[in-house]
Amino acid sequence: MTDAPAPGTTISCQEVVELVTAYLEGQLDDTTRVELEAHLDLCPGCVDYLDQMRTTISELGRVPVESLSEQAQDELLAAFRTFHGTG
Amino acid sequence: MQPQAPETPVARTAGPGLPAPRVPPPDDAALVDRLRSGDERAFAEVVATWSPMMLRVARSHLSTDASCEEVVQETWLAVVRGLAGFEGRSSLRTWVFRILTNLAKTRGVREARTVPMSSWGPDSDEPRTVDPDRFRGKGDAYPGHWTPLGSPARWEPGPEQSAVAAETRRLLADALHGLPERQRTVVTLRDVHGLDSDEVCGLLAVTAANQRVLLHRGRAKLRTVLEHYYRSLEEAQP
Repeated sequence: MTDAPAPGTTISCQEVVELVTAYLEGQLDDTTRVELEAHLDLCPGCVDYLDQMRTTISELGRVPVESLSEQAQDELLAAFRTFHGTG
Repeated sequence: MQPQAPETPVARTAGPGLPAPRVPPPDDAALVDRLRSGDERAFAEVVATWSPMMLRVARSHLSTDASCEEVVQETWLAVVRGLAGFEGRSSLRTWVFRILTNLAKTRGVREARTVPMSSWGPDSDEPRTVDPDRFRGKGDAYPGHWTPLGSPARWEPGPEQSAVAAETRRLLADALHGLPERQRTVVTLRDVHGLDSDEVCGLLAVTAANQRVLLHRGRAKLRTVLEHYYRSLEEAQP
């Protein structure tokens, strides 16, 4: 028998939520990553938190963005034609 | 969306109200050749695909939408004129963004609104990203762990349901507007446009560590906004 703490119990949920971005970026050192993943095996709340962060990120990929106005894009295309002698 | 894939319709229709095209690393040599040979469709596509990102980067130097739009237009005109001299030492996109940054900075000085480099560091005084009251206190047997009420709950129904999806995106768009400028820029380039960490660090001249902090804080706030929404859905259940 050993007194070493069980994997996943040396990290708190409050620490996990501040490490999720580094975790998702693959920037955690191995020891921390293994401990965080062991924590996830024990903690449905943190699993949900991580899922929510992933959902947030994937939904951000569907958010509408502003672009140049159609008019500005048409003007640029006209300038491109003129420059290349095709307009 | 590959700027050099002419059969896809996204590029010409990119504009307010549409999702950002995903932006994989472009096949530079082919694209540069097409642009140099006067291929209008290639130019239209690259303008449509990159301009939204460029507008966001310009926003870190300039205070009005009109100034940003003008500086992005100026950049494209400089690209048209300068493409013959592009030597391919960096990627085309990096080169275009460098022109943009230089023009935006020059103009920012004129408009007396530059964002100094040092301000890309993390804001040291921001609190934790999740309300500390949601975690057990020091005297508890499990300090720092979720309280029963504080623990996150699954988001149901999720954004796979169309009404929820529409509202989710509307809320995210609004919440992005409300983020501090630097967080907004990093989150937009990373998560809305899908650029990778290295490219964003290069574009913004920010360290990887600072970028990650800005990304973390921005994303955490957006998650909180969605959490409020999903909780309100749950409370509205009969």
